[in-house]
Amino acid sequence: MATVESHSSDSFLKILALDTSTEYCSVALFLNGEVISHEILAGQRHSELILPMVRQALGEAGLTLTQLDGIAFGVGPGSFTGLRIACGIAQGLAFGADLPVVGICTLEALAQEGGGGRIIAALDARMSQIYHAAYEKEAHGWQLIAEPALCSPEDAPLVPNGNWTGCGSGFDKYDQALRARYGGSVKRTISGLRPHARSIAQLAAPRFAMGGGIDPADAMPCYIRNKVALKEKER
Amino acid sequence: MFSHPLLVLGIETSCDETGVALYDTHRGLLSHALYSQSEMHSEYGGVVPELASRDHIRRVLPLIRQILSAAGVDLADLDAIAYTQGPGLAGALLVGASISAALGFALNIPVLGIHHLEGHLLSPLLSKPAPAFPFVALLVSGGHTQLMEVNGLGLYTLLGETVDDAAGEAFDKTAKLLGLGYPGGPALSKLADEFVHSGHSKYFELPRPMLHSGDLNFSFSGLKTAVLTLMHKHEMTPDTRGAMAFAFQEAVVDVLAEKSLAALAKTGLTQLVVAGGVGANRQLRNTLCRKAEQIGATVFFPEFEFCTDNGAMIAFAGAMRMQETSDQDKRTDVFTINARWDLEMQGLCT
Repeated sequence: MATVESHSSDSFLKILALDTSTEYCSVALFLNGEVISHEILAGQRHSELILPMVRQALGEAGLTLTQLDGIAFGVGPGSFTGLRIACGIAQGLAFGADLPVVGICTLEALAQEGGGGRIIAALDARMSQIYHAAYEKEAHGWQLIAEPALCSPEDAPLVPNGNWTGCGSGFDKYDQALRARYGGSVKRTISGLRPHARSIAQLAAPRFAMGGGIDPADAMPCYIRNKVALKEKER
Repeated sequence: MFSHPLLVLGIETSCDETGVALYDTHRGLLSHALYSQSEMHSEYGGVVPELASRDHIRRVLPLIRQILSAAGVDLADLDAIAYTQGPGLAGALLVGASISAALGFALNIPVLGIHHLEGHLLSPLLSKPAPAFPFVALLVSGGHTQLMEVNGLGLYTLLGETVDDAAGEAFDKTAKLLGLGYPGGPALSKLADEFVHSGHSKYFELPRPMLHSGDLNFSFSGLKTAVLTLMHKHEMTPDTRGAMAFAFQEAVVDVLAEKSLAALAKTGLTQLVVAGGVGANRQLRNTLCRKAEQIGATVFFPEFEFCTDNGAMIAFAGAMRMQETSDQDKRTDVFTINARWDLEMQGLCT
């Protein structure tokens, strides 16, 4: 999650990226520096949509899986089931086509959707909580200012004073509480933004270029919320 | 049985066990592997669906690599992939379904969703000698208790089922009452078996629920209440605990055996196939064999390792299904799961 350096060699890469972490389903192809993508409001129909979208994207580009250099997916945080669909698809495609995988944090993908500058990315985590992280765009990538974390909007980690942009379903839902938390530091919010496969493709390209792809069996979701049940002795 | 050999990868992730297997229609079962999450869930007193799903996605690919290596075959040799489509835990099913669909996409081979219970029903066919159709199947596990008439692949008629708890569920719940932890079904059986051999004279009589109901349905939830009532009336010593475990197991086994025989009588069939986790219960095996012999019937059990959830039964059912499914139905990028899925209702039966 450190600064990622853009590498000129990534312009020769071909990458398939997917995201099913929200109610949207998106697929993107990074082709020698260009990105083409598709997004559908999927509700809970990701399992019906994702592979047909992959087939369509590959068909439009006239590519087969084996011609790709790698597969990227949104690891989370987000819908637990959605994260596992993207992860399972990435695992299966990469294992079958013998490709490396790169997982991209959906909060960083959200920051990428926000453009540049200083971004506070917040995703609705339900149960009155958000998934939160803060990033600053530098010449070669996003510098992590606040680690991805689960918190209530009122307790969101503070950031250095300055000119911040808030985005994501967390801001869409808790705009007032988050603005109150950050005082005047959040100068603006962009509503309706969400992690998108095109951002995942862009963020993954330099990582693949640096040899950062991993074995598909090691590709895992990143849930952040890890306490999901009480052990008997904890009740 | 098949003109061209088919190599099928089976993937089972419906509950708390990750099972994978390679079945070849000419050479039989080539390799299989199972990872049980039982220990993880025991700390929670039951299966936590979200934790089950999180574990499956860690296990599937390493297990597939393990069985490919054990069988000495490559991914490229696969002809089809079969996965458990349901019934089961939605999130857990989706892990197996998504990996299967994507792997099938990458390898350009058919991917088939298999009914979990069909896998269990057909699992005795993996053994030798194997029963031939038609037969009566007693499906008895932590999630199911059903009697089925099986006339062929996909030709299943429900004869009777539990109206409340599954038999295995009743074992686990009663074991919990008796302080045997979770899942305590096997521990309860062990306690009952030890009690019988210990020569103790203490004996409790428990009811035989629905034994004379005139149909082939079961009810097991009352038995655990009956055990609870006994526990309130008696001082709990190791002896009484053992006697209660024995009485409980005896009652469940009696009802399962009597109804299974009644199902044979009703259908006029002479082969009984037992499938599901409770099929590993020794007293059930002994009682069924003894009673079946008396009426000239034969009982078939899956190998112990294929009584519980496993990938082999899914790979096998997938191989059988490959022969029956049209080429059009075999190739789809849309993967589905059915968390609740009645074997008779989904066009699997004709």
